[in-house]
Amino acid sequence: MSAAEFKPVSFEELAVPLFDQLYNFAHWLTRDRSEAEDLVQETYTKALRGFASFQLGTNFRGWMYRILRNTFLTSRTGLKATMTVPLEPEQDSLELPIERETPEAMLIERSNWQLIQNAIEELPLHYREVLLLCDLEEMSYREIAETLSIPVGTVMSRLSRARNTLTELVRRKLEGGTVNGMRKMEDTTRHLP
Amino acid sequence: MVCERWKTQLDIYLDGELPSEQMHDFDAHVRNCASCAADALVRVQLKRYVQTAGKRFVPRAEFRQEVYRRIAAKPTRRILGWNWVLAAALALIFATGLAVTYRGRSRSDQDRTVYGELTDLHVATLASLSPVDVLSTDKHTVKPWFEGKIPFTFDLPELHDSEFSLMGGRVTYLGQTPGAHLILRCGNTKFPYSSFRNGPYRATERNALNRSRSSRLTLKAGAMRDFGIAWWGMCRQTTWTILLDY
Repeated sequence: MSAAEFKPVSFEELAVPLFDQLYNFAHWLTRDRSEAEDLVQETYTKALRGFASFQLGTNFRGWMYRILRNTFLTSRTGLKATMTVPLEPEQDSLELPIERETPEAMLIERSNWQLIQNAIEELPLHYREVLLLCDLEEMSYREIAETLSIPVGTVMSRLSRARNTLTELVRRKLEGGTVNGMRKMEDTTRHLP
Repeated sequence: MVCERWKTQLDIYLDGELPSEQMHDFDAHVRNCASCAADALVRVQLKRYVQTAGKRFVPRAEFRQEVYRRIAAKPTRRILGWNWVLAAALALIFATGLAVTYRGRSRSDQDRTVYGELTDLHVATLASLSPVDVLSTDKHTVKPWFEGKIPFTFDLPELHDSEFSLMGGRVTYLGQTPGAHLILRCGNTKFPYSSFRNGPYRATERNALNRSRSSRLTLKAGAMRDFGIAWWGMCRQTTWTILLDY
């Protein structure tokens, strides 16, 4: 038997690697640096205090994100954001076909990331968080469901609506011409005589 | 249209969440269907853009150092490695002797966690300029406001003929569990009063009585009411007795 049988795990070891991504997510939620810092600090304080109750072997990342989100929801900004009620009813089944004409079919250059960022920022909170957890944090649907305390079916329907809404926002920005000083994407297709 | 069924599942496919059998079927379909292949391409592009654009905010170095310093050299937990058999044997030998002690300590740790969170919660409420989301002295207005927002119902304390009056309420979270947070008023003093159902906090409820968190404020648990809903309040020792009677 090896001597490495008991592996000590400190809160620091587990939590430090998540710092940047938690901060990034916090900033996306709050849309304010100062609030994001407060949120992350409070999250780490709560997590540190509750570390004794954390079940080792379970999903630490999901646990941290859950603390962060719940802390956000009880903040003034979070409460304000959650007062926005989605117009479309949420469904547990996914029945939304993908739209054929999508603006992202156009090549979006590196300089237009700002446009995507603005579009993400305009998404309602419940779409923004689910989209970022899936595409940025690469969480599974189950992880997202646990983090947001919603059923997996709701994760799927929210994701689909989030992507469709994002697509629509990007389309509007592209059709609107110059967005934040960026030029509209040009059609570079050449027609043969 | 034949492809509609596929298109509704395109996101799930690209997120790698389809069962493996369906994943193979989808792979085969996309290879032979130009329309679905084109949709898949733009969806993948969108995912990539979100992934890139999403990495937008970087914490300040000072802030990072401050948080790192706070969490440095803090609690260490031990995970059993592959020689868990030895650990299990050792645990069995000492299990009987340690059982009572461990139970007490575990409860004590849990208590500390709960008290810490509750104290933070209540102090934050007291410090807040807008502590309530539903502002009403009428419990028939406040109670229905919580419907659909928390996973249980509760009865508000009867405050008739008492020196307390209701100010309003808000939804709050304790250990990822939503609960009701009420603010009562006695003269010019506010009293946060929160309610959570069961969860890990039920066991600590009895132990909460008479436990002081600071020299100025006392955190106490009310009696269990209404199918396992626990009430928690924070106030000065003398006034709590009055409040608890209601």
